[in-house]
Amino acid sequence: MSPKIRNSQSALANSSADKSAIQNPIEPLLRTDRIPHIWCAGCGIGTSLNCFARALLKSKIDLDRVAIVSGIGCTGRVAGYLRLDSFHTTHGRPIPFATGLKLANPDLKVVVYSGDGDLIAIGGNHFIHAARRNIDLMVVCVNNFNYAMTGGQVGPTTPLTALATTSPYGNFEPPFNLPYLAESSGATYIARWTVYHVRQLARTFAEGLARKGFVFIEVLAPCPTLYGRRNRLGDSLATVQYYKEKSIIRHGAPTHEVGLGFQDEIIVGKFVDQPRPTFLEAMNEQMRAKLGERYVPLEAAS
Amino acid sequence: MNADAQGVLTGAHFLSGNQACCEGALAAGCRFVAGYPITPSTDIVERIAVRFPLVGGTFIQMEDEMASSIAILGAAWAGAKAMTVTSGPGFSLMMEHIGLAAMTETPCVFVNVQRGGPSTGLPTLPGQADLMQARWGSHGDYEIIALSPNSPQETFEMTIEAFNLAEKYRTPVMVMTDECVGHMTEKVVIPPADEIELQPRRYTTLPPEEYQPFRPDADLVPPMVKVGDGYHVHVTGLTHDERGYPVINAECQQELVQRLVDKIRRNTDAIVSYEEYKTDDCEIALVSFGITSRVASRAVEMARAEGLPVGMVRLKVIWPFPEKEIRQLAERVRSFVVAEMNLGQMVYEVERCAAGRAKTFLAPHAGGTVHSPQQILERIREAAE
Repeated sequence: MSPKIRNSQSALANSSADKSAIQNPIEPLLRTDRIPHIWCAGCGIGTSLNCFARALLKSKIDLDRVAIVSGIGCTGRVAGYLRLDSFHTTHGRPIPFATGLKLANPDLKVVVYSGDGDLIAIGGNHFIHAARRNIDLMVVCVNNFNYAMTGGQVGPTTPLTALATTSPYGNFEPPFNLPYLAESSGATYIARWTVYHVRQLARTFAEGLARKGFVFIEVLAPCPTLYGRRNRLGDSLATVQYYKEKSIIRHGAPTHEVGLGFQDEIIVGKFVDQPRPTFLEAMNEQMRAKLGERYVPLEAAS
Repeated sequence: MNADAQGVLTGAHFLSGNQACCEGALAAGCRFVAGYPITPSTDIVERIAVRFPLVGGTFIQMEDEMASSIAILGAAWAGAKAMTVTSGPGFSLMMEHIGLAAMTETPCVFVNVQRGGPSTGLPTLPGQADLMQARWGSHGDYEIIALSPNSPQETFEMTIEAFNLAEKYRTPVMVMTDECVGHMTEKVVIPPADEIELQPRRYTTLPPEEYQPFRPDADLVPPMVKVGDGYHVHVTGLTHDERGYPVINAECQQELVQRLVDKIRRNTDAIVSYEEYKTDDCEIALVSFGITSRVASRAVEMARAEGLPVGMVRLKVIWPFPEKEIRQLAERVRSFVVAEMNLGQMVYEVERCAAGRAKTFLAPHAGGTVHSPQQILERIREAAE
């Protein structure tokens, strides 16, 4: 099969030269025939996606070799709006799907883009094991503190005392501190931003795309329709205002110190950037050490 | 082991059914296996873990069966032939991705070395009670292909056939073996690689601007692409149109799900496979499959020795069910006896197809060991009265 240039970086450069006055720079990366999207007005997922798309375009990675995998939920719809090889899988399972994709074709850049409930509750086991194995994946978790697609239920990241439809008297389960969970599971690159921090977030996405191994990026995003309304946090603008006022940039902060309380201060920044051999590197090294010339690594299927 | 570069272990060997399954996968070109240990299937992945690094395959032991069963879908979209292997409780956990594979038309193979159930049941002992689960286990409407070997030799051959059918119809295919066949050791003859017929993936010949990932060919199966080819496909478990885009309405549901079902149903004649034994003059037709068929053939001999006009139909493909063949048989036999290692599953299919034209008797067994031939013979005598 001959290589296709549709949506390759050079084609994008040409198209943006033609239409730069009227076109959003990320438009060539979007499935514009699927717009309007399903997200509510004021939702933060689109902002995160914009940052991701800008970073991806800037990265000069061959877009034919990038795959994006989502699970189920509001953020699970991200894969469906990007003009890449894109997979909308089952609830909680984008990481193991992406693992199979990456291991069967190690030349691919595979990004998992999903929500907190999908990745950390139903998908929590896959999350910790992929981090432990250091599978070469960039995992983006948009954390809106609740299950939004199903109507605002309590989730594994809902702050203590926050209201949700299934915690009507206030949440009493301690939430996960995601960067801490990721680090203790073995992730090699860990950062957190809010959707207020669009420039920092885009830079982090670019850096994450350039890293090998299990990269974890948490993005705090407003859910004005459900989490925000139920907790009387005002509109989306008010939440972004809160992000602006209460965020403290602390690169290299110990991850056990970055847990989130209800409307409390938010530690953001890059917490971990510590490469170690990926699953494939470790496997190849071990097999070569043991089998020598007899070892035949998987070639990209042709 | 003296396998050739393609991983085909040509020659005559003394192999268990589980070892033969591994060799069948290798001979079929499978180069990605994800699994989770579970008795009595584990020796398949143990052998895969030894063999794969020598032939360019990747094996990964995942954290659970949900992960294993979706990792193979990811690998399939990367272009690999991929398989997972499990047994009863693990098979239950894999149901969500049998549904996803059916919905996204992802070619892949699920091996279920059946044990006694329900739940943890009999981890080390056989059963055939996952028959209906194989057919209906994931939610929603779909058709499935499932094969049932009764020997290590046939496990080798059917594992290859499972990959071929998966590619031909872009569907998950199940190899429904059991603890007995998995752990019995017999002679297995593996032909040279160039004598093994393989169905290649049906890749599109269209350029990206003309290609729609779920627009079917005349046989209702859409040609495929793989990630990295520049087609930028979208694949979703949601109801989708030919572009692969979600469309949440009744019309699209009707069109898509009907096609998913029809692509198997309309090709049933090409897929079904069975053996007939002494059915030319029989008035009683014994119906069986898998390990039970080996006991059942002994029961046929014993019944014939008593002068009872018995023959046997052994299903090699259990899904789709050979409705036409059983209907035709119902026109000329007095009764059916269905011997299966469960308390009655396939018997309902036979009864449905017989539609009152022939009486149907069940020779059940709850699992844990095979029937005795006498148990089946008693039912044959009952049917002959």
